[in-house]
Amino acid sequence: MSHAAATTHYTSMGLDSRKMGFWAFIGSECLLFGSLISTYLVYQGRSVAGPTPSQILNIPVTSISTFDLLMSSLWMVLALAAVQRGDMKWAKIWLLGVAIGGSIFLGFQVYEFSSFVREGLTMQANLFGCTFFILTGTHGAHVTVGVLWMLTLWVRAMQGKLGPEHAMTVEIAGLYWHFVDVVWIVIFTLVYLLHK
Amino acid sequence: MQPSPAVDQPHPVEHPHPTAGTYIRVAVILTVLTVIEIGVFYVPVFHPVLAPVLLSLSAVKFAIVVMFYMHLKMDSRFFTLLFGGPLLLAAAVMLGLMFLFGVLALGH
Repeated sequence: MSHAAATTHYTSMGLDSRKMGFWAFIGSECLLFGSLISTYLVYQGRSVAGPTPSQILNIPVTSISTFDLLMSSLWMVLALAAVQRGDMKWAKIWLLGVAIGGSIFLGFQVYEFSSFVREGLTMQANLFGCTFFILTGTHGAHVTVGVLWMLTLWVRAMQGKLGPEHAMTVEIAGLYWHFVDVVWIVIFTLVYLLHK
Repeated sequence: MQPSPAVDQPHPVEHPHPTAGTYIRVAVILTVLTVIEIGVFYVPVFHPVLAPVLLSLSAVKFAIVVMFYMHLKMDSRFFTLLFGGPLLLAAAVMLGLMFLFGVLALGH
């Protein structure tokens, strides 16, 4: 019996306790992002000074970063499928792909934030700036954690310390990554496409 | 008499995951929906129904990722409860705050 299998703990329902705990964590994250999105929507259109969302948001650039994050979710499930079938060559490729995809998304966010600051939108500029940077910045911080997590898995795979017996470890990392993706699906629609 | 450890040990519940082909088909659907979202945003004829169309498309994308990529469609219903409960609570808080702050107006 492998070490990973020997240390796996199942609940009385036969569910992996790590996975159950992680779903509970994701539930708590729903409340965190729910409160941040609520704050953004409540103060939307109430700024007394510019720049306003319609003046500053760059939909084409954000559409590209949205597509990039969407594709990284595909690479994440392909990485999991590769780990599960013991195909570590492709698992390494897909895990590195997810990390690179996430880094590209972060690059777009750095570009967006810096261009906004140059155009006068800061945390202190108006209500839009404050709520926008906190919401998208918190999401970006989550993507950063996800990229570091993927790189850790990739390094372990390169060292030969990640195999099919660790599939649950990769699946839990995947849950985190996909959650970050679904949060962005909501932010892209509410903040970017339905701006006032 | 003490029960044997084998009886006490809960049996792991395994659920088969989708194939790589299914994952790729889901990615194609998500890409098409995203292209439709952006198209709807830029075509003026859709502007009167922009909010309901975009919110519907976003909800469909959200559900597809959660069901297929996060495996809630195949996994234990308990995970759906752990995720869906707080998600509904967050949505209720969001709608409640928007109503209280006058972003959503009922009647007028």
